[in-house]
Amino acid sequence: MASRDEVWFDDAAGPLVRPYALTRGRTRDNRYGLDLVTLVVSVQPEVHERVVEPEYADLLWGCEHPLSVAEVAAKTNLPLCVVKVMLADLIERNYVIYRTGWRPVRNTPDMDTMQKVLDGIRKL
Amino acid sequence: MVSASSNPSRPVAGPAIDAVAVKVLISGGFGVGKTTLVSALSEIVPLRTEELITELSDGVDDVSGIEDKSTTTVAMDFGRITINPELVLYLFGTPGQDRFWFMWDELARGALGAVVLVDTRRLDACFAAIDYFERRELPFIVGVNCFDGAQPYDVDEIRAALDVDSFIPVTLCDARERASTKELLVKLMEHVMNTARLAESVPAQQARSSAPT
Repeated sequence: MASRDEVWFDDAAGPLVRPYALTRGRTRDNRYGLDLVTLVVSVQPEVHERVVEPEYADLLWGCEHPLSVAEVAAKTNLPLCVVKVMLADLIERNYVIYRTGWRPVRNTPDMDTMQKVLDGIRKL
Repeated sequence: MVSASSNPSRPVAGPAIDAVAVKVLISGGFGVGKTTLVSALSEIVPLRTEELITELSDGVDDVSGIEDKSTTTVAMDFGRITINPELVLYLFGTPGQDRFWFMWDELARGALGAVVLVDTRRLDACFAAIDYFERRELPFIVGVNCFDGAQPYDVDEIRAALDVDSFIPVTLCDARERASTKELLVKLMEHVMNTARLAESVPAQQARSSAPT
């Protein structure tokens, strides 16, 4: 047991707002099919940060340059499901644009993309 | 609305996402060197992203001692390789514990392929990953991580012990060495392309052709 005198500050105190409070209880979001490697970038964060809550403003600046949803989650220290819901909110308001990651199409392999990946790795 | 009627290709003066992201998975048991491998190749220090598990554990979840815990966190480490301005490759380490299957589904969706890292001292730790990729028909190769350079078994012995099909490459590697891990990814992509060509020529037949002989 922790002693009564022990005080918790900052990170030690845990998040001030529990993650799902940020999303008003929403834990899943399928509006845009966002996944780990969907790329996102914010539109004019300097303008839109003024009209959103601070946590959303952090997200806007978190994807000032195109990044994957996974990177934004890592950068903002928020769980993936929370980041997805919040990003979808921002996409809905046109404050963020997104691009779905590569998906294979059954029986029509995208050899061109595969070759580019292979060539890219060889050049490392 | 930014529907850019005059220029369908791109909204004027807005941001654009020129790149498309692809991913490969780095899989294997806990402590086998997945994050080490990702670090060896990634252009960024591997990042960690976390997912909350809030679903009720329904018997498959072995959480003896913490049964009343309703939220757990599963962490994934990942890295990035910018191939060119139009193509970014992400390397995702899969969670080491078998019970986070729902996370594997999201990881595997859209993945090009996977590397299953194996430690011969704990061979069984990778069985779950191999089973998963076989079932999902996601192309994978096996990388045998040679800790300290020593490896008492040869590739054929390891292949036999893992019981993987003969067309699946099994390669010795050192997860710490950039050259070695790069070679592993080259082998993976070659295998991914071979598998794709095969699937193209023999549609849908490949799926169950790997029945025991």
